[in-house]
Amino acid sequence: MQADLNIILPEIVISVYAIAALLFTAYTGKDRMAGMLLWLTAGLLGAMAIWIGVTGDGSRTAFGGMFNDDGFARFAKVTILLSAAAVMVLGQEYMMRRKILRFEYPILIALSAVGMMLMVSAGDLMALYMGLELQSLALYVVASLRRDSAKSTEAGLKYFVLGALSSGLLLYGASLTYGYAGTTLFSGIIEAAEGQAPVGLLFGLVFVIAGLAFKVSAVPFHMWTPDVYEGSPTPITAFFATAPKVAAMGLFARVVHDAFGGVVGDWQQVLALLSLLSMFLGAVAAIGQTDIKRLMAYSSIAHMGYALMGLAAGDAFGVQAMLIYMAIYVTMNIGTFAFILSMERDGQPITEIASLNMYSRAHPARALAMLILLFSLAGVPPLLGFFGKLYVLRAAYEGGLAWLAVAGVIASVIGAFYYLRIVYYMYFGEEREPLETSRSPVQWSFLMVSAALMLLGIINMFGVEGMAQAAAATLVN
Amino acid sequence: MIGLEHYLTVAAALFVIGIFGLFLNRKNVIILLMSIELMLLSVNINLVAFSAHLGDLVGQIFTLFVLTVAAAEAAIGLAILVCFFRNRGTIAVEDVNVMKG
Repeated sequence: MQADLNIILPEIVISVYAIAALLFTAYTGKDRMAGMLLWLTAGLLGAMAIWIGVTGDGSRTAFGGMFNDDGFARFAKVTILLSAAAVMVLGQEYMMRRKILRFEYPILIALSAVGMMLMVSAGDLMALYMGLELQSLALYVVASLRRDSAKSTEAGLKYFVLGALSSGLLLYGASLTYGYAGTTLFSGIIEAAEGQAPVGLLFGLVFVIAGLAFKVSAVPFHMWTPDVYEGSPTPITAFFATAPKVAAMGLFARVVHDAFGGVVGDWQQVLALLSLLSMFLGAVAAIGQTDIKRLMAYSSIAHMGYALMGLAAGDAFGVQAMLIYMAIYVTMNIGTFAFILSMERDGQPITEIASLNMYSRAHPARALAMLILLFSLAGVPPLLGFFGKLYVLRAAYEGGLAWLAVAGVIASVIGAFYYLRIVYYMYFGEEREPLETSRSPVQWSFLMVSAALMLLGIINMFGVEGMAQAAAATLVN
Repeated sequence: MIGLEHYLTVAAALFVIGIFGLFLNRKNVIILLMSIELMLLSVNINLVAFSAHLGDLVGQIFTLFVLTVAAAEAAIGLAILVCFFRNRGTIAVEDVNVMKG
């Protein structure tokens, strides 16, 4: 028992902190404490990331196999915690100024981080479901954080209804899997699915994949993404675009490899189809968008398509490619949202793409950093985003999905158009009412650091490549 | 004799009704919440039926977890709905349309 508790100590620390902070602030300062609480929570999440990254070693399981602590889980957890902490710090000034920084916000983010850590460590259908729900329930509330705005509450409502639908699908799949495998443990399911899996188990698998596809917003389960991204306050959109995506992809990899690793052929085609549809819809539907947050929603749908492509390869290299892709994706998105957060006019946030006309004249350094990030998002060669795409394309090709790799290249060419359109506006657009930029040094430094990483990362990816390889090796064997 | 397949059929029927309720309903957001609840409860029937069939308690424990989470989910859903109602003065599904997507 003590050994089990030691393994989940990081999760326990964050949960206890969240409960204690909730009680303490509810009785004392309430929203006056929010700023301090936000820094404290971000610091705690960052410290946990370092703790997990530095002290984690080997593969252990707790609670009879329900919870895994292995290289894969640790890689995902470090990415999740660091991005959650970064996004919180990034949005602090924006939320403070618009008076939407409530004290619940950092606590809900901490709780959803616990849910995400549980998701990537799950070794059992129950642990999977509880982790997923803890994450989702916190996020539904966060999406409608701006209580007095019709858009934000509508975003929360849409997210809630479709998220609950996806949980229902996933749960129905879990019940079928349990019935036909006779156990909820992944280690038992993989034995039951060995060789010729029963039809009921495959039905369960398809439902579970459908539920997870909702969470990663893969086409055809993407309908909620644009509305939720547009309606939520921008710092929260930035959060949605980063940590939960990593957690959902991590959970996806867990389920297909840990529980259904014996029937790769059965889920490979489903994942390849999801990936293909996501890449193309993300690329085509983003073209007509005028709101940059909606555009980022379609961009994230397309990026999830590429990450799924790595997973569809069905081997350790595919998982490695997926992890590298997600790490790069998160870094790029944090930088891009740092830029979007700084867009404003008369103190009001602006998200119209057309407002970026001739942005480079007033702010050459910011425009250049954004240009690097957009090129990287599009996958233009010398930048880090290109290497992420290269990895997943190689994984798909070597996994016998050459057609998917070719489709990925075509989709990325189509997708480059809308990223380059923003660059065109910034450098060659027509003269319009200029856009002001908030003077926040935090946003500025996140933007610059993220852009610099896109350039410097190409030397050795800061060792992420090797770490992802070791992580993938612990998941697939 | 009522066997496993009867329970599974009922659960599948309820689940499908829940999904259709979610997509075909054009009236009221409360009905959406009811549909979601129907889906989760049909899963519970599935789990308990399997649990009895397999002679394994895990399914019933899973059911308890699902019930608890469903309650939390309904609470959050209603809370969001109340906020929405305060802003818009309506909970008709066709009025959830500030953003088109």
